[in-house]
Amino acid sequence: MKVKMLSRNPDNYVRETKLDLQRVPRNYDPTLHPFEVPREYVRALNATKLERVFAKPFLASLDGHRDGVNCLAKHPKSLATVLSGACDGEVRIWNLTKRNCIRTIQAHEGFVRGICTRFCGSSFFTVGDDKTVKQWKMDGPGFGEEEEPLHTILGKTVYTGIDHHWKEGIFATCGQQVDIWDEQKTSPICSMTWGFDSISSVKFNPIETFLLGSCASDRNIVLYDMRQATPLKKVILDMRTNTICWNPMEAFIFTAANEDYNLYTFDMRALDTPVMVHMDHVSAVLDVDYSPTGKEFVSASFDKSIRIFPVDKSRSREVYHTKRMQHVICVKWTSDSKYIMCGSDEMNIRLWKANASEKLGVLTSREKTAKDYNQKLKEKFQYHPHIKRIARHRHLPKSIYSQIQEQRIMKEARRRKEVNRLKHSKPGSVPIVSEKKKHVVAVVK
Amino acid sequence: MSGVRAAKSLLALREQEELEDLPNDYPLSTSEDEGDGGGERKHQKLLEAISSLDGKNRRKLAERSEASLKVSEFTVSSEGSGERLVLSDLLEPVKTSSSLATVKKQLNRVKSKKTVELPLNKEEVERIHREVAFNKTSQTLSKWDPIVQKNRQAEQLVFPLMKEQSAFAPIEHVLNGWKARTPLEQEIFNLLCKNKQPVTDPLLTPVEKASLKAMSLEEAKMRRAELQRARALQSYYEARARREKKIKSKKYHRVLKKGKAKKALQEFENLRKTNPAAALEELEKLEKARMMERMSLKHQNSGKWAKSKAIMAKYDLEARQAMQDQLARNKELTQKVQVASESEEEEGGEEEEGDLLVPDAVNEAHMTADGPNPWMVRNHSGDAKEAEIQKDPEQLPEPMANEASESEEEERPVAEEEILLKEFEERRSLRKKSGLNQDAKPVSRQETKADSSTQEVLSELRALSQKLNKDSHQCRKQNVGSARTVLSVQREEPAGEEEEPPLLQRPERAQTLEELEELSKEGCFQNEELPRPALEEQQLERNNQPSAPKKKTKEQMIDLQNILTTKSPSVKSLAVPTIEELEDEQEREQKQMIKEAFAGDDVIRDFLKEKREAVEASKPKDVDLTLPGWGEWGGVGLKPSAKKRRRFLIKAPEGPPRKDKNLPNVIINEKRNIQAAAHQVRVLPYPFTHHQQFERTIQTPIGSTWNTQRAFQKLTTPKVVTKPGHIIKPIKAEDVGYRSSSRSDLSVIQRNPKQLSIRHKKQLKKN
Repeated sequence: MKVKMLSRNPDNYVRETKLDLQRVPRNYDPTLHPFEVPREYVRALNATKLERVFAKPFLASLDGHRDGVNCLAKHPKSLATVLSGACDGEVRIWNLTKRNCIRTIQAHEGFVRGICTRFCGSSFFTVGDDKTVKQWKMDGPGFGEEEEPLHTILGKTVYTGIDHHWKEGIFATCGQQVDIWDEQKTSPICSMTWGFDSISSVKFNPIETFLLGSCASDRNIVLYDMRQATPLKKVILDMRTNTICWNPMEAFIFTAANEDYNLYTFDMRALDTPVMVHMDHVSAVLDVDYSPTGKEFVSASFDKSIRIFPVDKSRSREVYHTKRMQHVICVKWTSDSKYIMCGSDEMNIRLWKANASEKLGVLTSREKTAKDYNQKLKEKFQYHPHIKRIARHRHLPKSIYSQIQEQRIMKEARRRKEVNRLKHSKPGSVPIVSEKKKHVVAVVK
Repeated sequence: MSGVRAAKSLLALREQEELEDLPNDYPLSTSEDEGDGGGERKHQKLLEAISSLDGKNRRKLAERSEASLKVSEFTVSSEGSGERLVLSDLLEPVKTSSSLATVKKQLNRVKSKKTVELPLNKEEVERIHREVAFNKTSQTLSKWDPIVQKNRQAEQLVFPLMKEQSAFAPIEHVLNGWKARTPLEQEIFNLLCKNKQPVTDPLLTPVEKASLKAMSLEEAKMRRAELQRARALQSYYEARARREKKIKSKKYHRVLKKGKAKKALQEFENLRKTNPAAALEELEKLEKARMMERMSLKHQNSGKWAKSKAIMAKYDLEARQAMQDQLARNKELTQKVQVASESEEEEGGEEEEGDLLVPDAVNEAHMTADGPNPWMVRNHSGDAKEAEIQKDPEQLPEPMANEASESEEEERPVAEEEILLKEFEERRSLRKKSGLNQDAKPVSRQETKADSSTQEVLSELRALSQKLNKDSHQCRKQNVGSARTVLSVQREEPAGEEEEPPLLQRPERAQTLEELEELSKEGCFQNEELPRPALEEQQLERNNQPSAPKKKTKEQMIDLQNILTTKSPSVKSLAVPTIEELEDEQEREQKQMIKEAFAGDDVIRDFLKEKREAVEASKPKDVDLTLPGWGEWGGVGLKPSAKKRRRFLIKAPEGPPRKDKNLPNVIINEKRNIQAAAHQVRVLPYPFTHHQQFERTIQTPIGSTWNTQRAFQKLTTPKVVTKPGHIIKPIKAEDVGYRSSSRSDLSVIQRNPKQLSIRHKKQLKKN
């Protein structure tokens, strides 16, 4: 007689060691797990809501300056160190982990116009209204020593900006023209100019390091090639560009912060049309800085807020503001791509999280998987109206809110007028100009 | 409008006239006639201007920039001054006389020659410069296109970006560190070895190796240019030195010497201030010079010249002076310089001897040859490294003490053992001769010890080596052994022979170091001709090899999943027919049971009723606007008249046909559910092109409830991963496998960049 017995292979359920995970047999038959879409939808909705609940981006305010903060610089080797220059000529070096000021230098008389660190982090440069370029050591003077710059270069005109080369001992200043300096020399190696106007900022390309971009007050952005010592091309926009920033991951992409409340991302090989127009600010954009991942950038505006834009989106994903923050003059994204610093008119430097609802500190693996899953869910259901509404909801100060409304109306009116003009004129006589092309006046070869 | 303009022009003209007249009038103020003439002219002009006021027959007034053009003091009117003088006009009178034929010819020749075009103005040139530069830059930038594209579309980017390991080890290197342990493995390798399978196949041919090391054409060109430059500079300096050497003037040389001495002193002072260590070294050099002097006694009165001078010294003041000078120099040289560390004479002597062995000048020459030219340095070190790499897997790691002997080995050709051993002997003997020195350094002492031991072993070795086969690889091994001790050699060699796996024997392909060196030398020339794509293909192929099996496993995994999720229909069909009959009976029974259970309720009728109601409800309703009691009696039981009702009844329009009109068993509710609508997407979002696409993405769940662990992990990978506390640097060419230009931007600027290259000029011409 045959005896039927239940028999199981112990390999299927016995752990080899104590530390092994318990094997949980699961049946993935879809009939056993119904309503996958609604269930995931609810999860996504909850995740979105929780994200808004936990969105507390403000971390710290570094106070100590006695005038508005005019410029910021990151330390290339240390994440905790930040340098700032104020409108009274004072330069401070901060420690972000301790949130205090390490060192104070009275660097210039009048504004500190620009500050930049050397690529190795051993020293930094400042330019000021007193027509000087000064090089300082990064670590403070020893006991009994006086605080003195390593080098001082006296110029003939005011320098309005400075940037350091990413690999070599070269830096560039701007003012009436763009000067390239060797660190060892007291006169520029070469100076490049195209037209006569005060240039407000100059930036080295971080990837192809011989490229420079500058923006001048006659509304143009000029690109230079340092090796050939010649300007390359010039694009004239509707209004003045305050500063530009190169994408650290894409050699030919840069973003310009404009006075007309917009930011323009250009491919430098095709300057006649910006790749993207980023619009959300309600006042002049004063500064812009890319995230080191090259996927997003942050912009500081005169409207007392900073906004974070994805590179490929025209609308911002985040806006930061506080009651006490006045016009934001400078902004920087830290080089671990986790934090944002902004310096504003009311003498404070503020530290924000780049991702408002991110949990700081070490995550357990379960937390990590949950975070990833929630993120993916939010992405998946981002177009659903409820989720979209919650995810997009931001509290804004009244001034910005009303400005947005006003500008929406203005824009709508302009659009309506354009449509009417198009409708009532001979077909083809009124050209349809796309939003991207509208702001570019000319490209000069 | 035109009148006003004309008036304006008139005014301007008059002003101009006055201005022009001023200098004219000045010298001619005495003659009134001229003044009158001027007045007449003015009048004429005025008349003309007035006549041109009507605008019809306005003609262009002759413009003049210089007053003396039209009216000169010789009253010669220069009418037609604007016309150009043509050569043929000048030739006309010449035509008649035949004697001037040669001149005519010459003139004709001149006429046929083209005039040189005017250079472009500065703005134009700059514009062209800019355009050329822009084109060049955008070309260099477009090499980033594929990378940017890849990064944008990447599923996941992990920062900081690490350099991918592009260097791969050839299979023989991998296999060297691995030994067949089990008998099965050994058997397999024996088999493979017989067919020379895995060893010979993937081995790189010399050409391939060279091509791996090759640099890009651009880099090679740059390097060649650098070399040329260096060579030119060198020859220039040589020529200069020769020229200076030829100068016979004693005074010149004296001055030169003095200048040099002064300079040296100054430099030394500076050095002492800035770099004490280097100053010490300098002092040591002085010490050495002193020693040389003491040894040679060059500046004492023993030389030929000195003797002759000594004779003359009695009579000649100058000669005496020279003698004294020389003695002073001797004193100066032999004077001991105080060095901080106690430097004994013996030590100094030793040092000197050491220096004799390896003369300083040689090193210096090396330095000067390599110093200004980083290219050469790099290549040199590269070769050395290469050689080491070649050696390392085959040799056991050496202790530090034996490094010197190692380097010797590198230099030595390893072709023939006999030669090698001879050389070894020679060297040793040379060393012995040169120094019976007890070296202060322990390292070198060890070396000598090894040497002495090797001498004893040598005879044994020779005998042994003759027995052994002449495989170069093994020969090298022996050398290593010899550099150590007798015992180890004896122990190692048989062991090495026995243990050596068959894989390591490379009968034909084994290369001597000599060959390799030759190869590397050739490499730099060959690489220019070698087509790069071929090289890349090779790499690609090699890279693909390991990836192929991976793919297979992936596919298998997917299959497994499919099996898990989909029910296998074959199970049912396989069922035995007898069981089917049984099942049929069971089904019938079940049907019966259901019928009995639901005997009371008529489902179908209920459904029909429900549908009718739904249809009624969805029909648009008529609007009745009759007001009872308006215009007639009203009250209980009274109804408005039919006529009135007909008049005030607004008939609703017929709605569109219901979708379930022809579907008897279905009720389709066409009303929009507002509650649901709040959660539904109204417009197709941007990246999707069709609603089905979008729906599909929504329908596929990503949670771990519906997916296996691995699938879940894959589905939820974040797009950007950053490491906390790590600085993310901008992308570099090296990170993505490009060669970045090795020249620094600074060096490029400092060479005058404003000069146009030939290519620029060509482009300029094109424009």
